[in-house]
Amino acid sequence: MILEQQDITALLMTLKLASLTTVILLLLGTPMAWWLARSHWRYKFLLEAVVALPLVLPPTVLGFYLLIALGPHGFIGGMMKFMGGSPLAFTFAGLVVGSVVYSMPFVVQPLRGAFAAIGRRPLEVAATLRAPPLDRFFSVVVPLAWPGFLTAAVLGFAHTLGEFGVVLMIGGNIPGRTQVLSIAIYDHVEALEYARAHYLSGGLLILSFLLLMLVYALNRRFMVVQP
Amino acid sequence: MSIAARFKICRGTFSLDVDMEIPGRGVTAVFGPSGCGKTTLLRAIAGLEPGIRGTLTVGGKTWQDSKSFLLPHKRPVGYVFQEPSLFGHLTVKQNIEYGRRRVPRTERRISVDRAVSLLGIGHLLGRRPHQLSGGEQQRVAIARALAVSPALLLLDEPLAALDMDKKKEIMPYLESLHRQLAMPVLYVSHSRDEVARLGDHMVLMDAGKILAAGPVREIFSRIDLALAHGPDAETIIEATVGGHDPEFALTYLDCPAGRFTVAGNKMPTGNTVRIQIAANDVSILLSRQSGTSILNIFPARVDRIAPATKALTTVRLMVGEMPLLARITRKSAVDLGLEPGKQVYAQIKAAGTL
Repeated sequence: MILEQQDITALLMTLKLASLTTVILLLLGTPMAWWLARSHWRYKFLLEAVVALPLVLPPTVLGFYLLIALGPHGFIGGMMKFMGGSPLAFTFAGLVVGSVVYSMPFVVQPLRGAFAAIGRRPLEVAATLRAPPLDRFFSVVVPLAWPGFLTAAVLGFAHTLGEFGVVLMIGGNIPGRTQVLSIAIYDHVEALEYARAHYLSGGLLILSFLLLMLVYALNRRFMVVQP
Repeated sequence: MSIAARFKICRGTFSLDVDMEIPGRGVTAVFGPSGCGKTTLLRAIAGLEPGIRGTLTVGGKTWQDSKSFLLPHKRPVGYVFQEPSLFGHLTVKQNIEYGRRRVPRTERRISVDRAVSLLGIGHLLGRRPHQLSGGEQQRVAIARALAVSPALLLLDEPLAALDMDKKKEIMPYLESLHRQLAMPVLYVSHSRDEVARLGDHMVLMDAGKILAAGPVREIFSRIDLALAHGPDAETIIEATVGGHDPEFALTYLDCPAGRFTVAGNKMPTGNTVRIQIAANDVSILLSRQSGTSILNIFPARVDRIAPATKALTTVRLMVGEMPLLARITRKSAVDLGLEPGKQVYAQIKAAGTL
């Protein structure tokens, strides 16, 4: 056995976190990207800046504020406590919230680009062909923007895989509960267990490369098919 | 059934202010220069311009007024855009079925097969839009609009994006739609020739306003409108094929004003055709000429002479009850002493059928 039990747990935890985050981001990011692509609201740039913030902000800064918000005295954590739950800091749920914020731009931007590229016309055509708004979205926008959805999903997933700073700040480093791959690697290096760090790092490298390759390959194929 | 529309909007330099009533049958051509608001008018009728206030009733049903606005997907229109705008992710057949599937079963009057055969696209059904030529794509788009069995068909310059050959390819299909389907059609165009061929009625627009509306034949020969003045002024006459002269390969066309003789003998007797007579090809004589090569000469009465300052002027003649435009030099008009009411002969050098 190359990987030890604790590494396998961290790996599974990471995959679970990335998958859940991707699903949530697709659900949240789709209406958000749609609105950003369509709206003519004059203060739209405010929301654009907020969505893009995680791109430039040091993850530790983001993590720090999330830690405060999710903790027992924070806005979200306090609300959770008030509703009879427990604060989210140092829990898996807290990691999911952090990852969703952290990876948001990687899902919203490709979706927004794909929606904008479709333009207004196909939707108008669908409207004159009796399709109500939601029907138009699923029968025209989703199939036409499908490479955009794929790019968004893969980027969101891959970006969450590599998350370190935010997770460390709000998740701590509790094996079996909040320890993810990138932090496990850090621990191994700290403990001078280079062999174990190699296995995990190499695995992450290959996985990320394969995912990105998939995105670019599919995007190329679609660019050829769609005039 | 008739269509009454009143729209008013002002957006910066663009304004649209129309109040029109058009017949619920036949093809009504909306004609005017680019940017005059024709397309906006059509989009407003389809409900694609929710910002435009106004009232619209079609066949007694209110689609829009100050209190209500029927959303575009609830308006029973078929819309053909200037560019074919087919769905790239669907085959030709799926494109045609897209709208039809969303129409309640009881309201489906035109089958996919009929739409397909009217446009002659049976051999293309399995293909994807990007595998079609521009003309084929536009035919598919027209079939797709027909397949929703619209109460009103809206065509927004469906030929404008196509070159001359493609136009010639589609024109016969549009003409057959006109003959075979009873539904009213609103046809936006800036091409005089398309209007002459396809229009029954027309709405003449400029700078967001309606200048004139009525039967195409009438509007084309109205001397108070700019249409009757340029070098392309023409008269459109509806006629029926009355017979042939097999020896000289000629066709006789009968209209209220008399019998025209045109070259060729392919048209079946009894068919309705449109005769197009360029005002430049009509000359005026004071007495009946003999020894001329021209076959079509009719007694006529001068109705009106356009006031002109240039070398050429347009004279509106009446051949019986039928107006006929002649474009002659102002000098000739003076030399012949033309004035309203004067009896003359109109000599038509060339008469073509559309």
